[in-house]
Amino acid sequence: MIYGIEQLAYIVDGALFIFSLHWMNDPKTARRGVIFGVAAMLLAIITTWIQPQIVNHAWIIIAIIAGIAVGIPLSLVPLTAVPQRTALSHAFGGAAAGLVGTAKYFLWLGEGSEQLTQFRMIAIVAEVILGFLTFTGSLLAAGKLQEIRWIPQRPVTYPFQNVINIGLLVIAAGLGTLLVIYPGASWSSTVFLAIIALSLIFGVLFIIPIGGADMPTVISILNSYAGLSAVAMGFVLDNKLLITAGALDGSSGLILSIIMCRAMNRSFTNVLFGAFGSVQAAKATGEQKIYKQETIEGAAQILEQARLVVIIPGYGMAVAQAQHRIRELYDQLKKRGITVKFAVHPVAGRMPGHMNVLLAEANIPYEDLVEMDDINSDMPQCDVALVVGANDVVNPSARYDKSTPIYGMPIIDADRARLVLAIKRSKNPGFAGIDNELYFKDNTWMLFGDAKAVVGDLAKQLAHG
Amino acid sequence: MAWIMALKQKIIFRKIPITVLLAVVSFITSGALAQETAPSNPAAHASPPIDYWSMLLVFILSTFIGMGVIRRVSRLLHTPLMSLTNAISAIAVVGSIAVTGSDYPPMIRILGAVALFASMTNIVSGFLITDRMLKMFKKQ
Repeated sequence: MIYGIEQLAYIVDGALFIFSLHWMNDPKTARRGVIFGVAAMLLAIITTWIQPQIVNHAWIIIAIIAGIAVGIPLSLVPLTAVPQRTALSHAFGGAAAGLVGTAKYFLWLGEGSEQLTQFRMIAIVAEVILGFLTFTGSLLAAGKLQEIRWIPQRPVTYPFQNVINIGLLVIAAGLGTLLVIYPGASWSSTVFLAIIALSLIFGVLFIIPIGGADMPTVISILNSYAGLSAVAMGFVLDNKLLITAGALDGSSGLILSIIMCRAMNRSFTNVLFGAFGSVQAAKATGEQKIYKQETIEGAAQILEQARLVVIIPGYGMAVAQAQHRIRELYDQLKKRGITVKFAVHPVAGRMPGHMNVLLAEANIPYEDLVEMDDINSDMPQCDVALVVGANDVVNPSARYDKSTPIYGMPIIDADRARLVLAIKRSKNPGFAGIDNELYFKDNTWMLFGDAKAVVGDLAKQLAHG
Repeated sequence: MAWIMALKQKIIFRKIPITVLLAVVSFITSGALAQETAPSNPAAHASPPIDYWSMLLVFILSTFIGMGVIRRVSRLLHTPLMSLTNAISAIAVVGSIAVTGSDYPPMIRILGAVALFASMTNIVSGFLITDRMLKMFKKQ
């Protein structure tokens, strides 16, 4: 009877999760999705907890309280730190799967190896490898995003990197196969621990060659792995709800990674094994190119005379926390009857949708946040394109210069606007180490300085001038 | 009940994929119930035999449903989507509860408790931050 209740609750949960994700298709209904997700989660926890085989409650209560105590502060991080938090939660998801897999393995090994059927053993090996590699990989990604001092930001490469990485994974899978064939051998628990160690090492080596500009893709891939490790856990525990929820998470990560890869015109293998950004493109430019600078007053006058202004935000906006100043500028321009749109490139920032969340935080209505594909046709009518801390996503050489690493990447056509104002922190090249010829075009004017300060000054100038 | 009517009008008639999805859910339901009511050998009082094939089926179908649903998620919401799916996949909490609370050796239950802590953190922070972000998306 109680088994039936549990199964029925799990089915309801599965449906609630699907609806929860379905409602994310529109910002109007999205919050309802969260409520349904929470309801489903509570239902699952309660029905599992009341099962007769659950006899020890103290540890459950302690672990739940500890989880809540850590979870609440983690949900209050500033929105610029959301990529790190997301990576960290992938790490937690991976760890949970890996630990449950380990626990189940030793439990069944203790009860007698006939419990370790081939199917269970395959599922456990998959769960442990995926779980632990997601754990260390995501931790390292979170460290890179948080810019912790002793973690290298730039990609780290060494000879035979890909051979070593793949080799590690092959060895882990080979050891796993051994365990599937001989689950009861005297050496089996040693081999199992070796698989765990290899997966932990692989996770680190897998993320170390990947640079910051590729983080949106990498976070999506880790998301997918975290989901798949939950699926494997479902196979181990014979729990269809885990399989359903894990598969939803896995497919979400997969779709996001495909979108990210497409937005950079790169393949999965290229992102994972390409060590993008490690090569400083030391292209000797024949002539010294000269930036044309504009003053705040001049830029404010240019903006005042425009009818359509397109603001193109990039990671620089997030770093400088400039979104609230941008809102002030937006208000000033709107007051003058100027149309203002935001052009958001899919890979701008450090995770999918990063720019949208920051601009929404600053109360920019979401109708004014326009995707790259929709804004590009309007760019020739645009009077002023204001680039705030974006670089590679507006670099026109992606269209034709086969020698740049970003060749073929779809870009926002800032250069097709009548006039470009670009805010840039310094005169150094961008993340990919490439000169951006947009900055040297005849109709481009530069504003050097911190994005927050420059945008704030522009807004002030418009307010008083 | 108003929202159920709204659902019917909006989804059943305009969005066919969701109808397919409901069909799939009911299909899985019937499968699970059939398994539950199937006469089992009373001598084998242990847990019901593991049905790999239906697990694989659930995995494949869920992946397809996930693809269909996620593909239509607004690009504006990709960041909250990721934190929401993260919280949802922390359903691993049910496995951790089972391992922590059962009558197993303490070492195994410790592993379960750590896993339970990790999943619980994801559930709490995932849902809270998703809601916090979604609150910010406003119309003009």
